[in-house]
Amino acid sequence: MTLLAVERIKLLTTRSPWWCALVALVVTAGFTALVVGNADEEFPATVASTQFGYSFGLAVIMVLAALAVTTEYRFGTIRTTFQAVPNRAAALLAKTTVIAVLSLIIGEITAFVCWGISLLLQPGADLALNSTADWINVAGVGVVYAVASVIAVAVGILVRHSAGAISLLLIYNLAVESLIQLIPSIGDDIYKWLPFNVANKFLTGAGESNAGRMAEAGAPLSSSPLSPGWALAYFAAFAAVLLTIAITTAKRRDA
Amino acid sequence: MIEATGLTKRYGPTLAVDDLSFSVSAGRVTGFLGPNGAGKSTTMRMMLGLDRPTAGDVRIGNRHYDELDHPLRTVGALLEAGWVHPNRSARNHLRWIARSNDIPDRRVDEVLGLVGLTSVAGKRAGGYSLGMQQRLGIAGALLGDPEVLLFDEPVNGLDPEGIHWIRELMHTLAGEGRTVFVSSHLLSEMAQTAQDLVVIGRGKLIYQGTTDDFVASATARTVRVRSPQLPELKQALTRREVSFDESDGALTVSGMDSDAVGELAFAAGVTLHELAPQRGSLEQAFMQLTGEAVEFHTGEPTPD
Repeated sequence: MTLLAVERIKLLTTRSPWWCALVALVVTAGFTALVVGNADEEFPATVASTQFGYSFGLAVIMVLAALAVTTEYRFGTIRTTFQAVPNRAAALLAKTTVIAVLSLIIGEITAFVCWGISLLLQPGADLALNSTADWINVAGVGVVYAVASVIAVAVGILVRHSAGAISLLLIYNLAVESLIQLIPSIGDDIYKWLPFNVANKFLTGAGESNAGRMAEAGAPLSSSPLSPGWALAYFAAFAAVLLTIAITTAKRRDA
Repeated sequence: MIEATGLTKRYGPTLAVDDLSFSVSAGRVTGFLGPNGAGKSTTMRMMLGLDRPTAGDVRIGNRHYDELDHPLRTVGALLEAGWVHPNRSARNHLRWIARSNDIPDRRVDEVLGLVGLTSVAGKRAGGYSLGMQQRLGIAGALLGDPEVLLFDEPVNGLDPEGIHWIRELMHTLAGEGRTVFVSSHLLSEMAQTAQDLVVIGRGKLIYQGTTDDFVASATARTVRVRSPQLPELKQALTRREVSFDESDGALTVSGMDSDAVGELAFAAGVTLHELAPQRGSLEQAFMQLTGEAVEFHTGEPTPD
């Protein structure tokens, strides 16, 4: 508990997390307002369309999480941390937990604000959360943000430089996964198992939350063969493996 | 209190610290002296468990740093004053450090008062001057009221008032029975601060003992004398049991000042052509001692 309190103080006594949280909310909500605001008879607003913009906030969350680690390396406070808490694994796990919880909270607020805005913009549309798929699509966004923040923390620990870690994360998340699809013959098979594609499967499933709207008219569905539950487990396991590698490396390395 | 045995740190092909063994005792200020790049900071990082020794180990009160429960309550350290997030206030910086070792928040305000930062405690640390950052770093080291204090080059870049303040502080801390280990590359600084010295060069131990002995041996005064009647002069000196070296037709007399050498020559009826007191400065002596152990020499032009 002590270590969680320490990391909470550290995270919340600088400004960048607050800015990142605000940016994640504004960017995602803005995109949602555009999509939902333009819905019409032909393309009605659905629960899924209220969450089309989640990946924008996701990118910002990963920046927040990576920065929370890399700034500690940049300003040397990671050494003070290890000096105060020689058990590096415990210190880094506490940090990861605090960042993941903050990301979860930001994700939930963002998702429900987006859903709320959509209700205001399209009072006639069927946006009620009346199935498990609907609930997962909205409330699951916070969970995906939390797991993605763990991935970003792990990359931050491994890379240690802000610019390097952030570009790696953003280029991977925004470009590499989709570009892999372009590899002839095997590209699609690899893509099925890439983490952010799988995370999308968890959120959107087979398109149930997009009911009333043709699949091709919404955001493309994930090609992952997993069920939503297993998709989340797979995404979380990927993050856990990455974090384990990162912490093992940090323990062995000179601080 | 601090005991290093066979401490070694290798970075690729370079040995930063080479089989270093020394001990630091409580109740005294011990200077850790060596030219830049001699391995002082690396040694201090190994003491704090930040760097892993390639071989050997260092113990604080018979325990490794990572075995200490609430380490900040045993060892306080200031390695680099810049290790602060620039957008965090001094108070918040100390608050998280205090929390990590279950140190009550009121101690944060106590140490802020102790180093004279109370009035600016709420301001962002990035806006602090070098001297203020140094004070904040010292506040961090004192937080846990530790028995052992490590300071790496604490007076670097400070004004005379700040230097004086740090010197007094270290004496006070040692006077309270604490172990104070402070590194510097300036012998003149250490001569005024430290009672004991650990001197290293190129990662190797050069000297361990009291500062007085080191300074005395390093700055022994000599007098250079030239005379057309050297044999008579040598006789006179030998009769007085004064030691001297002979080279290039001149004597270098140690243990006697130039006045005494002149009077002795007059009494012996010896003509002198030169009588020159040679006084090595502390820094010169230090350079001589560590000369062979300096890592980075300036390139000397080679005669063609």
